[in-house]
Amino acid sequence: MTAAPVDIELARSFGLKDDEYETVLCIMGRTPSLTELGIFSVMWSEHCSYKSSRLHLKTLPIKAPWVIHGPGENAGVIDIGDGLAAVFKMESHNHPSFIEPYQGAATGVGGILRDVFTMGARPIANLNALRFGDPSHKDTKRVVDGVVRGIGGYGNCMGVPTVGGEVNFHSSYNCNPLVNAMTVGLARQDRIFLSAAAGVGNPVVYVGSKTGRDGIHGATMSSAEFDSESSSKRPTVQVGDPFTEKLLLEACLELMATDAVISIQDMGAAGLTSSAVEMASKGGVGIDLDLDHVPQREANMQAYEMMLSESQERMLMVLRPDRTEEARRIFEKWELDFAIVGRLTDSGRITVRHNGKVEADIPLGPLADEAPVYDRPTMEYERPPALVPPADPCGIEKGLLQLLSSANGASRAWIWNQYDSGVGGQTVQRPGGADAAIVRVEGTDRGLAMTTDCTPRYGQADPYVGGAQAVLEVWRNLTATGARPLAMTDNLNFASPENPRIMTQFVEAVKGIGDAGRALDFPVVSGNVSLYNETRGDDGSVTAIQPAPVIGGVGVLDDVQKAVGLAMPQDGELLLVGETWGELGQSMWLKEILGREEGAPPAVDFAAERRNGDFVREQIQKGAIQACHDVSDGGLIVALAEMAMAGNTGCTLDIAPDDLPEHIYWFAEDQARYVLATRQADAVLDAAKAAGVPVRRLGQAGGEVLKLGDVMAVPVQQLRSQHASFFPRFMGKEDDAPVVHLDELS
Amino acid sequence: MKTGIVVFPGTNRERDMAQAFRVVSGKTPQMLWHQQDNVDGLDLVVLPGGFSFGDYLRSGAMAAHSPIMKAVRRFAEKGGYVLGVCNGFQILTEAQMLPGALLRNAGMRFLSQDCHLKVEGRDSIFTSGWNHGDVFRAPMAHGDGNYTAAPDVLDRLEGEGRVAFRYCTAEGHVKDGDEHVNMNGSARSIAGVLSENRRVCGLMPHPENLTEEILGGTDGLPLFTGIMEALG
Repeated sequence: MTAAPVDIELARSFGLKDDEYETVLCIMGRTPSLTELGIFSVMWSEHCSYKSSRLHLKTLPIKAPWVIHGPGENAGVIDIGDGLAAVFKMESHNHPSFIEPYQGAATGVGGILRDVFTMGARPIANLNALRFGDPSHKDTKRVVDGVVRGIGGYGNCMGVPTVGGEVNFHSSYNCNPLVNAMTVGLARQDRIFLSAAAGVGNPVVYVGSKTGRDGIHGATMSSAEFDSESSSKRPTVQVGDPFTEKLLLEACLELMATDAVISIQDMGAAGLTSSAVEMASKGGVGIDLDLDHVPQREANMQAYEMMLSESQERMLMVLRPDRTEEARRIFEKWELDFAIVGRLTDSGRITVRHNGKVEADIPLGPLADEAPVYDRPTMEYERPPALVPPADPCGIEKGLLQLLSSANGASRAWIWNQYDSGVGGQTVQRPGGADAAIVRVEGTDRGLAMTTDCTPRYGQADPYVGGAQAVLEVWRNLTATGARPLAMTDNLNFASPENPRIMTQFVEAVKGIGDAGRALDFPVVSGNVSLYNETRGDDGSVTAIQPAPVIGGVGVLDDVQKAVGLAMPQDGELLLVGETWGELGQSMWLKEILGREEGAPPAVDFAAERRNGDFVREQIQKGAIQACHDVSDGGLIVALAEMAMAGNTGCTLDIAPDDLPEHIYWFAEDQARYVLATRQADAVLDAAKAAGVPVRRLGQAGGEVLKLGDVMAVPVQQLRSQHASFFPRFMGKEDDAPVVHLDELS
Repeated sequence: MKTGIVVFPGTNRERDMAQAFRVVSGKTPQMLWHQQDNVDGLDLVVLPGGFSFGDYLRSGAMAAHSPIMKAVRRFAEKGGYVLGVCNGFQILTEAQMLPGALLRNAGMRFLSQDCHLKVEGRDSIFTSGWNHGDVFRAPMAHGDGNYTAAPDVLDRLEGEGRVAFRYCTAEGHVKDGDEHVNMNGSARSIAGVLSENRRVCGLMPHPENLTEEILGGTDGLPLFTGIMEALG
């Protein structure tokens, strides 16, 4: 690299604003070196500093008696009983996944796995939330193919089952897909590892892969919008090696079983810079790094490059000096690099040496404390007027079949059949079997339920409802298995916060998440913010994504045997829990049948959610329920069809009550609703009455046909074949598929 | 019965396998590190699934040359029992302890779904838990499961009753050309094979993942009960 002069021009090209650069000059009292400028620019990037979001994230509920570590650590940690903890977080890898879908998605999975095992937890499940462009857009098939292969390629090789997720298509994601990956891990509560460094003089140890030039300034790329030049940023996308990560996982867990580790931090965004700075800052110590000892994959790397590289599968640790050799032996056994690259100091500074020269020397206090924080302007959000209920153009049967075969309503089996969902030998409910995935806690009777959800079209119309509804749907999906929801992780995907309308979306969504979390005692324990998800066209116009405040949730089943799935049983009565007012605004039916994205999203009612959910969970725990499914996209009839398809069993339904037209009743997306299948309908109805929960009879399970009065009679087989048709047709024969990556299969 | 499970760098179904043996025997097999050079004193060696050495050259190719495989070969030559599942099957073919090879799935995508298998092998502890012709369900999780061998080798395997398992429909129909039945495109729908002495068995699907009702069923149990009954 030719040495560009360090000045305001270079600072701008590194993504620093002019006043931010002024602050850098103030802190340093001189012109920073190239390496120093690099460190400031990545630490103060939106991705690392949360400068636009921090003020608002502070308002989220983060406490509960079962929360062990909330936001601020590599992942959230909650008490699940028996001295065990669930460790989980979700993180985005959106920008890289458009440029290079396979590696973008793969390294997204790799990054979130590291966040979890850094804390001493063995990852037991992966989930994801994906948003792709319109299926007709030229890039969509390429992106879907690469992302699905990438997620599978990494998770399958790691031996961590991918047990759940969600996928939607919308034109706002044409050039800016969303790839959010979540990992859930299991640890002993007394063996949780944190990142705060301690012990002046203690060795700072680098383990894992060698450092290369890949991913330099990745964090900066993730903090800027996309334009037509973005594909030239391919070199900033990192390349994943799940095999090395598997070794790193096993080596770290083996080391963590000893008492050698004082603190540990994975090298994620902004690599060595952010891991070293975070460990030292949190521990209130200084850190000296000597880059001559950093394992390097390429020759003649400069300090700047090593500090900013985002090469994958690397960790930084502070070890007890007397245990260093023991640690070295473990990493040598796993054939991984192990190098002492520095020491902790009492200087309060990060000092970086290379070839005997000091390349950076920055006071850590100001680097953290004077990081920019923005209270970005917001505005009154313009919400669409309420929907005037439209007439039904096609009837229930045709409408249902159309929804089930649409991109957003179709079976996702084509995707999840490429993810190993059973490895680990604890998967109780695989994708499609229940509203949330269920994984048994090895060696106990417990199970963890987990899910990810978000309905961006609701948030586009009303960001507050969008944020709240995502939380409610997660909580409902956990509840529908019989689990007790414990905590959530959020992954907030929005466009540019510098646009007041977008900032308003963000602020409102966070309020919605916070209110819902408080109402349900469902705290946020970890999270990630991804901004600037927008595309600038050649004509200068900007396309913002539909806001996606994705929520991942974890719940616990004290007795995993009591969990229920959603498959329609051969007999029993079907009940609907919750009120149906007929909310068709922003519904899937409106979009798919009439091509309209209009109206207000369904109202959220926290009290009704809690009351109805607590009732459903209690009935499941009592053993009164054979199957349960929440009502969401596509409304009641889609929920029933999904149960029928999962159970390969039909049902006979009564027609809509008198006060609502058939299509409104069956396709409305009113919240706080569940369908129950039970052989004890009378007892359940009595209990509901006593609890003040609205429950009504829907019909009988059984047979091979989904039958609705004399309105509709469709064989379940036909539903299944329609439902399964979209993905194979869209993704085409394999001959047309893009190049297969050689390292992903096996 | 003493069972050892080999762990290569990148192996990832060793815990699943250990759990399945624990379910039937109450005993936990010992783990064997790939650099070990003997497997003395064992009755059964299991090569479990995973991505040994990242499968970076060819699936199973590097593992086949690791120190422990020399010991496993000696063990088999002396009549020891060896089971290879998924990556383990790939390693056994790469080590030429079983005939044939596992190519990339015909559809060129990783397959993670249940298949049905028909029990065909005879006179083997690996099939003795079932009746000849039984059909059972098992999860698949592989990218390279497309079994192939020269036609005369396939003829011989069939003639000697050494095709242990074949992909089939839930009703037991074998359909070589049907991508919904023989999903990875294996020659003659072969999912598992036996060595000449019937003491080495390799198969692609994962019976070890279906050994408890709570995990989706017990279709895979007979593999382990059959082994247990034979080896005590």
